[in-house]
Amino acid sequence: MDDLHKLTITELSEKLAAGGCTSVGIVKDVLAVIDANDGKVGAYLTVDRDSALEQARAADVARAAGVTSPLLGIPIAIKDLLNVKGQPCTCSSKILEGYIAPYDATVIAKLREVGAVLLGRVNMDEFAMGSSTENSALGKTHNPWNLGHVPGGSSGGSAACVVADEAIASLGSDTGGSIRQPAAFCGCVGVKPTYGRVSRYGLTAFASSLDQIGPLTKTVKDSAILLETLCGHDKLDSSSIEMDVPTFSENLTSDTSLVGMKLGLPKEYFVKGMDSEVEKAVRDAVEHCKSLGAEIIDVSLPHSKYAIAVYYIIATAEASANLARFDGIRYGLRIDGKDPLELYKKTRAAGFGSEVKRRIILGTYVLSSGYYDAYYKRAQKVRTLIRNDFTEVFKQCDAILAPVTPTPAYKLGEKTNDPLEMYLDDILTTPTNLAGNCALSLPCGFSSGGLPIGLQIIGDSFDEQTILKVGHAYEQTTKWHKQKPEL
Amino acid sequence: MKYEATIGLETHIMQKTASKMFCACEYEYGAAPNTHVCPVCLGYPGALPMMNEKAIELCCKAGLLLDCEINSHSKWDRKNYFYPDMAKNYQITQADEPLCLGGHLEVDVNGELKTFTLERIHQEENAAKNTHVAGASLVDYNRAGTALMEIVSNPCMHSSEDALAYLASLKQIMEYGEISDCNPEKGQIRSDVNVSVRPVGQKELGSKVEIKNMNSFAFIQQAIEYEIDRQTSLLESGGAIVQETRGFDSDRGETFSQRTKENAHDYRYFPEPDLMPVKISTEQVELWRSELPELPVQRRTRYVNELGLPEYDAGVLTADKATSDWFERAMQHTKNAKAASNFVMGEMMRLLSEQDFSISESKVTPEKLAEIIALIDAKTISTGAGKQVFEIIFNEGGEPKKIVEEKGMTQVSDDSALESWADDAIAANPRPVEEYKAGNTASINFLMGQVMKASRGKANPGAVMQVLKKKLDAFC
Repeated sequence: MDDLHKLTITELSEKLAAGGCTSVGIVKDVLAVIDANDGKVGAYLTVDRDSALEQARAADVARAAGVTSPLLGIPIAIKDLLNVKGQPCTCSSKILEGYIAPYDATVIAKLREVGAVLLGRVNMDEFAMGSSTENSALGKTHNPWNLGHVPGGSSGGSAACVVADEAIASLGSDTGGSIRQPAAFCGCVGVKPTYGRVSRYGLTAFASSLDQIGPLTKTVKDSAILLETLCGHDKLDSSSIEMDVPTFSENLTSDTSLVGMKLGLPKEYFVKGMDSEVEKAVRDAVEHCKSLGAEIIDVSLPHSKYAIAVYYIIATAEASANLARFDGIRYGLRIDGKDPLELYKKTRAAGFGSEVKRRIILGTYVLSSGYYDAYYKRAQKVRTLIRNDFTEVFKQCDAILAPVTPTPAYKLGEKTNDPLEMYLDDILTTPTNLAGNCALSLPCGFSSGGLPIGLQIIGDSFDEQTILKVGHAYEQTTKWHKQKPEL
Repeated sequence: MKYEATIGLETHIMQKTASKMFCACEYEYGAAPNTHVCPVCLGYPGALPMMNEKAIELCCKAGLLLDCEINSHSKWDRKNYFYPDMAKNYQITQADEPLCLGGHLEVDVNGELKTFTLERIHQEENAAKNTHVAGASLVDYNRAGTALMEIVSNPCMHSSEDALAYLASLKQIMEYGEISDCNPEKGQIRSDVNVSVRPVGQKELGSKVEIKNMNSFAFIQQAIEYEIDRQTSLLESGGAIVQETRGFDSDRGETFSQRTKENAHDYRYFPEPDLMPVKISTEQVELWRSELPELPVQRRTRYVNELGLPEYDAGVLTADKATSDWFERAMQHTKNAKAASNFVMGEMMRLLSEQDFSISESKVTPEKLAEIIALIDAKTISTGAGKQVFEIIFNEGGEPKKIVEEKGMTQVSDDSALESWADDAIAANPRPVEEYKAGNTASINFLMGQVMKASRGKANPGAVMQVLKKKLDAFC
């Protein structure tokens, strides 16, 4: 092994440009790591060996012909809910067994355009419903830092593969924390862009008004590079915004000063029952930012405490309709019945896992006649209040610092019997999805048990640049991101 | 006790758009099954709807033609139900904020002018087509996702005549407005009919029965009449009407129960998160209003006032848009409206009735009719010859002038020829001449016929009359 797998996008792209390695070399190296480690980690559902090598060869040819791009020839893993033409897209569900995507998601088309290598498909909670990847119907993913612990979720495979060096970077999706929480649990960087920044076309929908695709990477700068490619208006997604995309990575310099920057600390985000090591690590990180010149101010997001309740009404309502299409008629699993109704019932009973069923039932209930006003409509009103909180706070500060999760990664199986407890873990991430603004997670320490702890930097809508800048400054002046698990 | 019926219609009309409501697929009636489909209209994972702006324009124009108010802000909703005709198992439609509100139609029902009011018009997407064969059901998604608007009337009609007149007028306006071709056989216009019956004088409406999805106007009439009879006799015998959805069995001419209120669907409407609300400015509405075509009522008035046509002609010509458009084109090439009207109502309609193609496909084009009329007006040919030319072109095609020349149809107005035919006729027919001299001036018609015969129809009748009069009067 060449140790190329240990490098970042930024490092590899420089090395490739200087002729120090080839894309084929990188892909071969990463494939070897997958062979060596994925038996333990279980990040991948499918590894597209032949196709990845072919894409790498094409990238090398393109580079020789003068094509340049920071992502040219870089192998990237894809969360299994993004459609890639000609490949399965199971969403880690049995119900999509046999489905082969007939088209590329917009983000996939964008990655192809810049010559990134699509390495394979990684595990997730079924239809992105879960916080530990234990809801996958297709396999178990382990936290690379401690194989007995969960990687987080729903983008658990996306986080684990990057931390285990089984991919240089990956794509995930974040509906209520599904990028940031596994990034925190596994110890990598993950960004949830502002709603409307990245086209959702081709992302199998969980909750349409909350879902965003984003990068999981080894460094903040790598995330900035991926974001530059992923963001932008797409006429195929009418919720995507027509707005210029800054060249995020070029604005990240070696200047790590945060002088002039006001960072808010929301008192509501240091919740009761929070793990003391997590709280300490985050408070230390806040102090660190202060030492870089940032002014720290106390802020309040009073309605965030309703976020879990609101989230599990709105997300499940949307999901109940979004998942109605999985009916056994046109694609995927079909279990025949004497009439369409029986076919639907048998197919969906066999195809969906219990968490997915629980959420479909919950979502159906809150939309039902007689309950709509009390649940769905009310939740939408509270959602507006949560959004208004953020608008107010961003009048006072440039970004918000907070923990990502109340605890480090828990043990596999520890919470599977108590879905409500698992829902409560999303308390610090769901407000941002409901408000629509952006946030990132990056490593800020380790628990005494050796598990990573994440720092959340929350930004105003369409102000990814500021959170990337703060994250980059923090990362350049700390060493957490350089630590690697031993596998 | 006397009873009265109340009827409301929900009419679905497929708009004339090049592509479907939420994707770029085109729609072609009769195309091989599942050949006009894509990830969006097949409800594939990850596919998202994209709004068709032309459909919005057509829906709003339909609203303007029907005097609706155009909502400056309207939105999309999901209507949830499981059925194989709906790929996503929800339909994108508009629940509480439709594009158009209110509106009305003035309709002539058996000579009485009635106003029927509308509740709303909303935009939605069409369902796929299901076919049931032995042991299987087949789904053709070509129609799935095509642009469909629903025009909802108030419960303001009271008889099948009202409903049919309303539908005929609606269809005519939609055709004139180029909103839809409204071909019932192609399913481009389908209606759900709500019928209730109550004792005369009672304020509240009776329990509503909905008869679903009928495209034939004749079936709609039968269904309404059957339903009024059924409900009235049920009430007369002391029974109660159950609120329900019924289907229409066209073989038996009867409605039958499909679903009662207790088993009604809960569609769980909620705002469609994949689409942004539709915002329409006043300027946009005014621009669309300025682009509206002339409606049949307006055309009829113009034909009478400006072209000087009789009411009857104006009514016949505007009854059907294709005919009226054809007439309009002819009027761009001739000023003789009455002659054009006579030809369209006479020769054209007679000949078309024996064929199965439309006026727009006729070999006689508006330009050719104008040429024929010009030849008649210039007295080059007689009206009778003009009709012959029309029929020749209708059947075989050709140019009017060429046909007139080839068939030797040119009228003779040359005095010397006319005088010699007149002299011959007077010499050969002493009796009519005597009668004329005796004061029976009608006898001149016989002599005229003789001259026309001698000229084999080519003599100009007016000129013949003059020559004959001159000669006969000289004897007196």
